Amino acid sequence: MKPPEGDTVNGASTDRPFIHFDKVVKRYGDLTVLDHLDIDIAAGEKVTLIGPSGSGKTTILRLLMTLETLTEGYIWVDGKPLWHKHKGTQLVPADEKYLREMRKQIGMVFQHFNLFPNMTVLQNVIEAPIRSLGQSRDQAVAQAKELLKHVGLSAKEDAHPTQLSGGQQQRVAIARALAMSPRVLLLDEVTSALDPELVAGVLAVLRELAETTDITMLCVTHEMGFARDVSDRVMMFDKGQIVEVGPPRQIFENPEHDRTKTFLSAVLAH
Amino acid sequence: MIWDNQFALDILPRLLKAFLQYTLVITVLATLLAAALGLVMAVIRYSKVPVLSQITSGFLQFIRATPIPVQLFFVYYVLPDMGVLVGAVTTGVLVLGVHYASYFAEVYRGGIESIPKGQWEASTALSLPMKTVWQRVVLPQAFRKILPSLGNYVISMFKEVPFLLFISVPELVAQAKDIGGSSYRYIEPFTICGLIYLLASYPASVAMRKLETRLETT
Amino acid sequence: MKGFDLGPWLGLLGHGLWVTVYATILGTVLAVIVAFALGLLSLQQHAVPRTIARIIVEFFRGTSLVVQLFWIVYAMPLLLGYKLDNQVGAILALGLNFGAYGAEVVRGAIKAVPKPQREACTALNLTAVHRFRRVILPQALPLMIPPAGNLVVQLIKSTPLMFLVGVVDLFTVGDEIRRGQPGSVALVYLGLLAVFFLLSMAVVAITQLLENWAKRRLGQKPVRISTATVAGAAPVGEVI
Repeated sequence: MKPPEGDTVNGASTDRPFIHFDKVVKRYGDLTVLDHLDIDIAAGEKVTLIGPSGSGKTTILRLLMTLETLTEGYIWVDGKPLWHKHKGTQLVPADEKYLREMRKQIGMVFQHFNLFPNMTVLQNVIEAPIRSLGQSRDQAVAQAKELLKHVGLSAKEDAHPTQLSGGQQQRVAIARALAMSPRVLLLDEVTSALDPELVAGVLAVLRELAETTDITMLCVTHEMGFARDVSDRVMMFDKGQIVEVGPPRQIFENPEHDRTKTFLSAVLAH
Repeated sequence: MIWDNQFALDILPRLLKAFLQYTLVITVLATLLAAALGLVMAVIRYSKVPVLSQITSGFLQFIRATPIPVQLFFVYYVLPDMGVLVGAVTTGVLVLGVHYASYFAEVYRGGIESIPKGQWEASTALSLPMKTVWQRVVLPQAFRKILPSLGNYVISMFKEVPFLLFISVPELVAQAKDIGGSSYRYIEPFTICGLIYLLASYPASVAMRKLETRLETT
Repeated sequence: MKGFDLGPWLGLLGHGLWVTVYATILGTVLAVIVAFALGLLSLQQHAVPRTIARIIVEFFRGTSLVVQLFWIVYAMPLLLGYKLDNQVGAILALGLNFGAYGAEVVRGAIKAVPKPQREACTALNLTAVHRFRRVILPQALPLMIPPAGNLVVQLIKSTPLMFLVGVVDLFTVGDEIRRGQPGSVALVYLGLLAVFFLLSMAVVAITQLLENWAKRRLGQKPVRISTATVAGAAPVGEVI
C-alpha cells in the first residue's frame, strides 16, 4: 500500500523547534546577562521579546546573528548547532567556515540601520547576494528592485543613504536583509531610533512581512501595538530570564506575573 | 668584518659625549625657547590685536611650512652679514626654538579652544578679571590636555637635532659621520646612533601615550 | 639690492627643483605602500604579523630620519656589498620613515570606521575580504587624507637632507648659488623659503581637494546607469 500523501519521512521535523536555546549562558566579565536560558521557537513563528533594558533580549538576537560569542550552552537552528559542529559524537566549537554556512539562514535589521554610506540604496541591497550568495549581478538587481518596490522605495534606488529619512533607511535595511532570503529575520528595536512619525511606515512593512510570509521573526521592540498585532507569542524578559511567555492576548490583557504587570503598566502608560 | 665590537666600544664614549653635550642640551634649550615663544605668539593670536596677530599668524604658518635646513642656513649666513655673530649651536637652538614655537603655538591654541565655553561664561558671571581667568581657570585646564601633544613635539624636535649637521654642529650624528669618514667603518657608528635615539625616544613616546590615555579618562 | 644675475643659475635651479619634486613624489608613493602594508599588518588578528609591524613602525619612528638616511646610504652598502645610488637611498629613507608614520594613520582610520558597519557585514554574511574592500576601506579613506597630507608636507620639508648625501636638489643648488655669488645669501634663502612654502601650500590644496572628493563619494555618488537589460528580467520599478 502506498503511504498516505503528505506522510513525510521527517515527520518529526514539524515537531522539532526551529530555534532552540539550550542552557545558554552569556557573560561579559563578571556580568551574567543570560543565565541558563532555554527557548524554543517554531518555524514560521513571529515572536516578540519585551522587557526592560539590560534584560538580555538584544543579546539573544546578537547571539543568533553570531555578533556575540556564546559563553556556555548550545544554540540549535533547524536541527543543527549554530556555534558548534559535530565531530563524531562530540560537539566542538565551530570554525568561521561553518559559521558562514549557518549564518546564511539568519538575517538582522539593526536599530541604527547600518546601511553602507559609500553605496547607493540599490548597491546596498545587491552587495551581499552577489558576494555571499553568488548571485549574478542581473539576478541580484532584479531581486533588489522587486524588494525595494515592496518596501515602497523604488524611486530611491540611486539615492544615497544620507539623502533618505530614518524611516526610509530602515526600510532599505529591511530590503537588504530580505535579499539574502533568510529563514529567520531578527529585528532589534528597529523603530526605536526613528522620529515618531516615521515609525508607522516601517511597522507597515513589517506587518505585511509577518502576514504574508512564513519567515520566522524575532522582534525586540517597545511598540506594543505592533507586538500585539503581529506576534504569535510574546516573551517577557527580565534579568536574563523569561518571566512570562504566551500569546499576545494573554500577555497584554491577562498578564500572570507581577513583573510583567509592572513593566506593561509603565510602558503602556504613555 | 661587518661589526667590530672593539671598534664599537672605542667610539661609544665619544658618541655618548656628543649626545649629552650637544643633542640633549640643544633639545632642552630649544624646548624652553619654543615653549615660551609659542605661548607669547598664541596669546597674541588669540587676543586678536589688529595688525600684530595677523602678522603673527602669517609668520607661524610660514615657519611651519618651510624646511628647517633652509631656515638654518638663512639665519646662519644672513645674520653675520648684518653684523650679528652667532655660533652654530646658538643658531641651532634659535632656529629649532622658533620653528617648534610655531607648533607649540598651535597646540596652545587647540588647548585653549578646547576649554568649554561654559568656563568663560562662568568666569564672566563671577566677574573675574581677565588675568585671573587665564591664570587660574583656562591655562591650568588647557595645560593638562595639551601635555601629551607638547611631549610628542619635543620628541620630534629631539629627532630633528641632527639637522644641525648642516651648520656643522658636532652633535651625535655629525660625530658618527666623521668617524665613518675617517675610518671607513660606517655600520658601527650609525647603528649606535640609531640605538641611542631609540633608547631615548621610545620610552618617551610610550610615556606620552600612557599620559594621553590617563588624561583622557580623568 | 646688490647686483645679482639669476640668469646663469636658472638651468641648475630647474634641475634642482625637479629633483626635489621627483623625490617628493616617489617618496610619497613608497610611503603610501609602506603605510598600507604596515598598517594592515598591525590590524591582523594573529600576534606575529602585528608584532612585526609594530616593531618596524616603532623602529622608524623612534630613530631619526637623518640616522636612517646615513645608515641606508653609508652603512647598508657595506652590508649588502654594493652601493645604491645616493638619490635612491634618500628616497628609500624618506619612504620608509614616512611610511611608518603613515601606518598609524592607516590603522587609525580603519579602526575609526564604526563597529556597526562591521556588524551589518556579519549579518549579511560578507567575508572579511569583501567587508574590507567594499565597506571598510571606502569609509576609511576619507579619514586618512588630512593626516596623510600633513605627512607629505613634512616629507617635502625633509627633502633638503639629500644635500647631506650629495644629491643635487633644490637646496643644494641654493647652496651653490650662495657660494658662487657673494652677497646673495638673503635673496637665495628667502627665495628657497618661498618655493618650499608654495610647494607646501600646493600639497595642502591638493589634500583638501582629495578630501572633498572622498567626502562627496560618501555622501553622494554619481548616478550609474544600470545595464541590467537581459530579456525577461526585472519588472520595471514603479514610481511611488
